[in-house]
Amino acid sequence: MPANPFNGYTDYGIGIGLRVPHYRHILAKKPVVDWFEIISENFMVDGGRPLEVLDAILEQYRVVQHGVAIYFGSADKFNREHLRRLKRLVKYTKTPWLSDHLCWGSVDGRYTHDLLPMPYTFAVARHTAEKIRAARDFLEVPICVENVSSYAEYHASEMTEWEFLTEVSELADCGILLDVNNIYVSSQNHNFNPYDYLNNIPHHRVGQMHIAGHSKFEKYILDTHDHPVLDPVWKMYAHAIKLIGPTATLLEWDDRIPSFDEVHNEALKANKFRDAQLAASTA
Amino acid sequence: MKRSKPTNSVTHNSRRAPPEINSVRQLRELQRVMSNALFRPLTPRWGMQKRWTDGSAMADVASEFIKPNDRLSSFERLEIYNRQYWFRVLDCLYDDYPGLRAVVGERKFLKLARAYLARYPSDSYTLRDLGSRLEKFLHDEPNWSAPRQELALDMVRFEWAQVVAFDGPAEEPITPDEILDTPPDKLKLRLQPYLSLLELDFEVDDFLIAIKKRDSDALRGEASNAMNAAPKAHRRRRRVRFPKRSKIHLAVHRHDNMLYYMRLDADAFAVLRLLGRDLTVEAACVEVVSQSARTEIDWPKQIKEWFDTWSTLGWFCRA
Repeated sequence: MPANPFNGYTDYGIGIGLRVPHYRHILAKKPVVDWFEIISENFMVDGGRPLEVLDAILEQYRVVQHGVAIYFGSADKFNREHLRRLKRLVKYTKTPWLSDHLCWGSVDGRYTHDLLPMPYTFAVARHTAEKIRAARDFLEVPICVENVSSYAEYHASEMTEWEFLTEVSELADCGILLDVNNIYVSSQNHNFNPYDYLNNIPHHRVGQMHIAGHSKFEKYILDTHDHPVLDPVWKMYAHAIKLIGPTATLLEWDDRIPSFDEVHNEALKANKFRDAQLAASTA
Repeated sequence: MKRSKPTNSVTHNSRRAPPEINSVRQLRELQRVMSNALFRPLTPRWGMQKRWTDGSAMADVASEFIKPNDRLSSFERLEIYNRQYWFRVLDCLYDDYPGLRAVVGERKFLKLARAYLARYPSDSYTLRDLGSRLEKFLHDEPNWSAPRQELALDMVRFEWAQVVAFDGPAEEPITPDEILDTPPDKLKLRLQPYLSLLELDFEVDDFLIAIKKRDSDALRGEASNAMNAAPKAHRRRRRVRFPKRSKIHLAVHRHDNMLYYMRLDADAFAVLRLLGRDLTVEAACVEVVSQSARTEIDWPKQIKEWFDTWSTLGWFCRA
C-alpha cells in the first residue's frame, strides 16, 4: 500500500540512506532524490556538524528517521534519555513515520550495538508489542518495525519469524518496514522459503521497504550492505511489490560506500518494478 | 602473534539460558546469557572461547539455547555474533583514538581495547560514548599503556575532548558588546559546554597532527583495498617521533562546526579556568595577574586581546 496509516499516508518513492561520504556531494550538487533515510542515533546529539548537515538536508529534502537502538525486544524498560532525545529529533525532522528493528540489543543497561534476534514466543510478542505501543504514544509518530537478518535461532521459539512479525505488528497495531534482503539472508541461514515469508505477513501494514546487498560465506550469508542488490533479492522485491503495492523503498549501502551516483542509480533500479506494478494495476 | 589470555567481562556470569521463554523474566535471563557470551573476549585466533564462565564447555552452553542447522553448530552460530560484537567495538575505538593507538602501538592498542571493553562494556545507546571511560581505565590500570602511561593519559584526554567538541551542546554565546556593557566586577561568564581546557605534559596536538597526516598519506597509497573480516590492525606504518615532555595548555573547541585546538599561554588558561569556577571576570584576572611571574607585559592590553579573541570565537555564554 503506497500510502497508509503506518507511513503517515505518504508516498515517498525511492530513497537512499544519508551517509557521511556523500555529505559534500549532496550539499554541493543538490541531486534530485525522493527522500533520505537518516539513522536517528547519529543525529540525537546536542550540536555541532551533524545538526548543521541535518539542517541543510531538511531545507532541500524529505527525511525519514530509522533507528538502530530502541530495542523493542529487550527485556529492559526503555532508556528514557534515548526516547527523549528521539522525540526531540522527531519534532525537528517532522518525519512522517519512524522505524526501528524487531530485535533486542541491550540488557541490564549494557549495549551490544547489534540487532539480535528474538525468541519467537507469544509472551515475547506481547512484551514487544507493549513497548512499541508505549514508544508510539510517547513519540507521537507512526512506527514501523523492521525484520532483521539473523544467524541464529532459539530452541525456545514457538513460531516462525513471519508469524512472530505478524503477531507483534497486530498486537501493537504498528507498521512493518519490510527488509527484503534480510528475509533472503535469514532464509538462507535458516533454511526456509523466503516467499512463504513474503506471502504470509499482513501486507496492509507494510509502510516501507528496504533493499540491500549481502555477502556469501561458505556456511552462511552475512548482511553486509556493501554490495549492489543481488538478483534473488530483486526477484523477491518484485514479488513483494505485487503483493503490497509500490511502497516507499530505501536502498541501504553502509560499507565500502561507492559514489553517490552509483548508490542512487542502484536504488533507482527499484523503479522498474514499481512502474511495472503500477502499469499492471492500472491496466 | 602472542596475545594476552582472554578474560571475562564483569557481568552476570554463571547463568544458563532458560529452556522456555514465557515471561519477561525468562527473556531477561536469555538476554543476559547471550550478551555475556557476546561480551567475552575472542581468542587470539578471533574465535569464541571454548569454555563458559563456570568452566563448562561453551558448545554445551550454546546448544542449550541456540539451534544448530545443517551447516553450523550452535557454538558456531553464537560465535558469529560474538565476533561481530568485538569487530564492531574494536573498529570503533580504532577509528576514534588514532593518537592513543600511535602512543601504545597497534598490537598493544588491541589488547588495551579488549581489556577496556571487557572492563567497561558499552552503557550508552551510541558508539560515540564508547571511549568515555578510557581515561579512568588508563588511570586505574596503567599497565595497559606502559611504558608511556602519562603520554597515553594525555592523549586520551585530548581525543575525548575532540569527541565533546565535535557534537557537544552549545549555548547562545554572549556577544562582545554584551561583555562591554557589564562592569568586570559584576560580569560572570560560563564557557561553552563543548569547550575543554586541558593542561597536558606532552605536546600531543602536534603529535596527533603528524599521525593523521601519516595515516592520510598511507590511505591514499592503499587505494580501495578495503578490509572485511577482522578489525583493522597491524598495518606497518612510518614511525612518528613521540612528543617531547613539555607542559602545554590547550583549548579544544569548535568554530563554524569545525573542530579546532588552540594552544594558550599559562596565564590565559588560568583566567579561563577561573571563569569556569564562577569567578567574575575582574576577580579571575586580578588573581591571575597577581600570581603571574611575567612582569614585562601590558596587562590591560593583553587581557583585552584575550577576551576579544575568545568572545569572537563564541566561547562565552552568560552565567
